Amino acid sequence: MSRYLPFLQAAPLFLILAVFLLVPMAMLVVVSFYDYDSFSLIPDFVLTNYRDVFSSWVTWQTYLKTVWFAALTWAITLGLGFWLAYFLAFVVRDPGWRMLLFVLTTVPFWTSNLIRMIAWIPFLGRNGILNNALIKAGAIDRPLEFLLFSDFAVILALVHLYTLFMVVPIFNTMMRIDRQLLEAARDAGAGFWQALWFIILPLCKPGIGIGSIFVVVLVMGDFATVRLMSGGQSASVGLMISNQIGLMQYPAAAANAVVLLAMVLLLVGAMLRMIDIRKEL
Amino acid sequence: MPGHVARFLLGALFALFLLFLYGPTITIGILSFQGPDGGLTFPMNGMSTVWFTRLFQPQAVGDLGAAMTRTLGLAAMVTVVTVVVSLAAGMAFRHRFAGSSALFILTIASLIVPSILVSLGVGLLFTLMEWEPAWYSSAFGAQLTWTLPFGLLIMFAVFNRFDRSWEEAARDLGATRWQGFWHVVLPIIAPSVIGIALFGFTLSFDEFARTLLTAGSGNTLPLEILGMTTTVTTPVLYALGSVSTAVSLLVIGGAILGARVMGRRRGR
Repeated sequence: MSRYLPFLQAAPLFLILAVFLLVPMAMLVVVSFYDYDSFSLIPDFVLTNYRDVFSSWVTWQTYLKTVWFAALTWAITLGLGFWLAYFLAFVVRDPGWRMLLFVLTTVPFWTSNLIRMIAWIPFLGRNGILNNALIKAGAIDRPLEFLLFSDFAVILALVHLYTLFMVVPIFNTMMRIDRQLLEAARDAGAGFWQALWFIILPLCKPGIGIGSIFVVVLVMGDFATVRLMSGGQSASVGLMISNQIGLMQYPAAAANAVVLLAMVLLLVGAMLRMIDIRKEL
Repeated sequence: MPGHVARFLLGALFALFLLFLYGPTITIGILSFQGPDGGLTFPMNGMSTVWFTRLFQPQAVGDLGAAMTRTLGLAAMVTVVTVVVSLAAGMAFRHRFAGSSALFILTIASLIVPSILVSLGVGLLFTLMEWEPAWYSSAFGAQLTWTLPFGLLIMFAVFNRFDRSWEEAARDLGATRWQGFWHVVLPIIAPSVIGIALFGFTLSFDEFARTLLTAGSGNTLPLEILGMTTTVTTPVLYALGSVSTAVSLLVIGGAILGARVMGRRRGR
């Protein structure tokens, strides 16, 4: 009995992931080779869907745009997240305050992303709070048009949504740094930047890695933020897939899905070579 | 250690970040009390609760009551299954077993695969098998692929810090494996189990990408909100957002309170 116990305990997890992850991903691969017309899927083995992906300049642009969104969001959330985590871990001394501020940064994770995007509308709109304030202050005389429904709005919303995915793992690794190391560094004559570069940063690498994986993966697969915040003026692979789904072009959507999946898995695979997740929990 | 100026700057950055994080949500909270003739932004045109009452009139924006019921039902199902399945799997992973690292990789993969792809894949599976997609079947499964990895990772974090001598003491005193789990292990890890439940509930309650193609004919609340973003141009959208956020905050508050009570009971 006890020899089989681990298998029994792990079986439900495996079964659920097999039915709702493994089989559906296999489904995507199969359907990406199907043919289709405006009414139905036609089981077949054709390469036209992939040819459409790789031969269209618009599609290439969409992929590049997605990578650009991911890279920019990653850079901003990393810069922001690192210093926020640093403040929590090394500047705040009182454990009670630290806990409170940490909880405050994580609460939005448990609320709706959609609502958090919608919440930018009164701020960034043509007659929004920001434009009105700037006009009143005399900084501009016409409302800035680029604030809402633009790439700027997309990046702003992505940073707003995902910075906490950087803060939490980096904070987590920072808290495990032995403070005596920092004292030793100072005694040995290291300044603030030297201690940061030679001690804190290397020891934070796993946290930075985990945060980076989350941010990059979430942005690469995003469709709602790009749709809502760009007002249909920008595109991402996720949005392209969701548009193709809307047009019932499932095989075309599946082909893009397979390409996106391959990109994401390769990227994460490369990042995981640098860290061991199980050790970091 | 950074100097005084640097510390002040970091503190200011953190304060600004909190403002950035909460400002918009608080703003729509205020704007959802906009007067009957008010628009999507300031100034407030009087104060009223008219947008909240309008939420519950079915003809205005679809049947939100039914969507809310479905969403809460689904979230409850996801919570229970996430807790039970990740607890069981977490126990299994305390020892190596054949295939354990493959299952671990599969779980991490589940976290990494973009939501829209899971939605499309599960949707296609149900279409090709000619099964009827519904919130309690296809959407339920699609959401579990997102909540279970979080549950399992929390279990790993718990058992990495777990002192096995408690359990061994129970076994030495003659407790069965099940008694050891029920009376010793579970009470010790109870606060973390509440954490898993919190992840399960809130991630399900707010999920839209994974339910997009899998919810079948009955929409969930986030799907209604997603649809409203393009069609509704009144503060009723903000009212719905405020209600949804309030539910999330109540659940988070309840979970934190629950975990503290459990932790205190353990401390005695």
